[in-house]
Amino acid sequence: MSPSSSIAAEPGAVPVPDEHHDHHPNYLVDGTTLKSWLLTLDHKRIGVMYLIWVLLFFFIGGIYALIVRLELLTPGPTIIDAMTYNRAFTMHGVVMIFLFMIPAIPGAFGNFMLPLMLGAKDVAFPKLNLLSLYLLLTGAFIAIWGMINGGMDTGWTFYTPYSTHTTTTVAPILFGAFIIGFSSIATGLNFIVTTHTMRAPGITWFKMPLFVWAMYATACIQVLATPVLGLVLLLVVGEHLFHFGIFDPALGGDPVLFQHLFWFYSHPAVYIMVLPSFGVMSEVVATFSRKNIFGYRAVAFSSLGIAFVGFFAWGHHMFVSGQSTFNAGVFAVLTMLVGVFTAIKVFNWVGTVYKGAVDFKTPFAYFCGFLYFTVFGGMTGVAFATASLDVPWHDTYFVVAHFHFIMVGATIMAFMASLHYWFPKMFGKMYHEGWGLVSAALIILGFNATFIPQFLLGNAGMPRRYYEYPERFQALNVASTAGASLLAFGFLISAIYLTHALVFGRRAASNPWRSRGYEWMTESPPPTHNFVGPQPTYPEEPHFYVDPKKAEVPDAV
Amino acid sequence: MNELMNNILFLPERASTFAERVDNLHYFVIAVTMLSSLAVGTTAVYFFFRYRRRTPNQATEYVVPSVKTEFLFVSLPLVFFLTWFVIGFRDFVWVSTPPKDAMDVYVMGKQWMWKFSYPEGPNGVNVLHVPANRPVRLLITSRDVLHSFFVPSFRIKMDAVPGRYTQTWFEATKPGTYQILCTEYCGLSHSKMLGEVVVLSAEQWDAWVKEQRQGYLANRQDALADVSLVPHTARMAEQGQKVAAEVGCFKCHTVNGEPHIGPTFLGLYGKQETLQDGVSLRVDEAYITQSMMDPGAHLTAGFPNVMPTFQGKLTGPQTAAIVEYIKTLRTPDIRTGASSQGPVYEPIQ
Repeated sequence: MSPSSSIAAEPGAVPVPDEHHDHHPNYLVDGTTLKSWLLTLDHKRIGVMYLIWVLLFFFIGGIYALIVRLELLTPGPTIIDAMTYNRAFTMHGVVMIFLFMIPAIPGAFGNFMLPLMLGAKDVAFPKLNLLSLYLLLTGAFIAIWGMINGGMDTGWTFYTPYSTHTTTTVAPILFGAFIIGFSSIATGLNFIVTTHTMRAPGITWFKMPLFVWAMYATACIQVLATPVLGLVLLLVVGEHLFHFGIFDPALGGDPVLFQHLFWFYSHPAVYIMVLPSFGVMSEVVATFSRKNIFGYRAVAFSSLGIAFVGFFAWGHHMFVSGQSTFNAGVFAVLTMLVGVFTAIKVFNWVGTVYKGAVDFKTPFAYFCGFLYFTVFGGMTGVAFATASLDVPWHDTYFVVAHFHFIMVGATIMAFMASLHYWFPKMFGKMYHEGWGLVSAALIILGFNATFIPQFLLGNAGMPRRYYEYPERFQALNVASTAGASLLAFGFLISAIYLTHALVFGRRAASNPWRSRGYEWMTESPPPTHNFVGPQPTYPEEPHFYVDPKKAEVPDAV
Repeated sequence: MNELMNNILFLPERASTFAERVDNLHYFVIAVTMLSSLAVGTTAVYFFFRYRRRTPNQATEYVVPSVKTEFLFVSLPLVFFLTWFVIGFRDFVWVSTPPKDAMDVYVMGKQWMWKFSYPEGPNGVNVLHVPANRPVRLLITSRDVLHSFFVPSFRIKMDAVPGRYTQTWFEATKPGTYQILCTEYCGLSHSKMLGEVVVLSAEQWDAWVKEQRQGYLANRQDALADVSLVPHTARMAEQGQKVAAEVGCFKCHTVNGEPHIGPTFLGLYGKQETLQDGVSLRVDEAYITQSMMDPGAHLTAGFPNVMPTFQGKLTGPQTAAIVEYIKTLRTPDIRTGASSQGPVYEPIQ
């Protein structure tokens, strides 16, 4: 490819100065036709396409969230009727969970970074990787078609027998989610095989970046849990259309069976969403405090621990469903273990800063927000797991606030941190640091202003999924809606300066953060096959910032 | 102190014995969470300033935790979490186990109202009358989709599941009126499925019961809306006897203690029954309901699996009425734990 084409592909960019890279153009300009993007097998391009789509889905889900919050501004009807409201909160949940949080970090940043971090040229199955993107989009379009043509009003949990009785369009949306499940499985399978077989010389299991460990644990859950969701969704669709009689007691079924099957997937799915965030944060905190991770093995194993225990904690969603008291006790204790594993991570992240060299850049600001949401979201989760406290809180706004703190808060913080941390890696441009910090502050504040009132609403006893509410709850609802507006404003600022940086941003250095993470050991943006010249080797562990003159033999734990 | 905490946390009034237990654990958890988060947060912020970057390429020391440190990281949270679990689970078992002398009220959720039936007779829609300082057991079911019975001031909640009975109990501590909310999403008017619990003092309660029995019920608006459930003149057990005769229970079940095709109803409730697979269980509301809906699930030893299911043939109130009827066919001391002394019968072989 000629140098002129690479310049033409980046309008407004400073002409590429690196003459010696002529024969190895970066992945962004290696092929500029639409086809070269849509049918690419390059994990980096697939990652970027994932990023574009999940951002779009995040926008759609965010619009639904704002509709819900605006409706709740007054105790009575505000802007929409009850049916529209029920569809709006269902769609907010379905879009955010299945189309944003599950694919976001693995699809966009996992795809992009995993091979780079392992010193591989691509993932193990590049075609399967492309297929997973198109499966996601197929499922998404079927689901969105269903939302436009009727919508669904069951809540994202699809609880039977309501979901088999409702007159709204359940089938296409559940079928869409079913197809999206296959995308998730394909991504997971790809990451597992890549991690096992494609590590470069020198990268042993305990020298893998912690992001890879987190992605690996996530991938295991995706492969093992998602088939159960597929099964349960098919059964609901079957019952809705053909009256099978599996979950509906009127047909001889058992509605609690549905809850068991649903949460057997959907509880581990929480860790599909949040484990990648833990991985991202391990990278961010190491880079910005220039330190090896304090307790590397503890952090790596706790990811696997969460993935494992996460499979045996689903019953804590059902403490008041009529399951036996003994079951409740077993599930409660196992849930506590998830809290312990998360606590290990939190302590080790804070420990990483000890004797480090902190540079308070935008990704680090998101790390602070992440730490905060993980601690309070996690501790409220432990409080729920005491079983007796779950009784008053169950299905109130306290639950809503809790999972928006731990699952959404942590994931959003990590997604925004990844976006900023890897922006120069992916696009070779730099965003405006000042605006980055301002919008991070707005997003973190907005998140708190939205959900702290919801914790209090839950304490006061306001149930979730309420279209109208008693007047005594209004003040806190107004506060929450105001917070949501602040949050939206923060995201708007991010969208503006990041788009601006993409087009007009100054060229970033290859490793602007001076990180010793493995993914930074190649050009930014990387060439199509990730590395130029011979296979790179990795003599040191990732994030090794010791002065080479003083370096001793590290005795890792 | 409690008042202050309640105001900070926006907790509703405490009006049941369970509310006091739950709130105490709540304060304990909140206090520890706030203190430990403050400690972690302060440490983190201190590190951020103390270890700020001084030169762009600053080298750092290689620090790894000792085994002792990691042990502390694991054990410290574990000790607190398990302590909370022990307290919380003890209270959970307590609220899941109604005392034997509790007064029973049947609760049925339907889109979008709550119906209450008392074995003694009166019924109510959306208004539940209970006496103060006396345990009340709620036997909850649903006629259509899932609902959940929630009284914030009592801190109790239990799902209403169609096709089965769930139970919870409470003991209200002060007379007054408390809101009931539905917390399991149940469709269009989920947020309008509101009701109230009226807690009466002992004298008021006696007066109320007397009033109900004298038939003033007929003049009440809520009772008029309820005629589909049970005619207000009939007591629930009588209604159950009638329904049982209509649907043909007595073709196979006797009420005089003699075994027939199925076990007799006399003394059935509260009896320790041996099942075909050798397991022994106590016959309670849940077991009787299940035997009507899914007769083959837990077959009593010595009886053939010939009973048809009544799933879809009996409505929620009819099922409740039959259960209540069977409960009247028992020796008087069954609720006080002497269930094993109930009538003994030989099943046919």
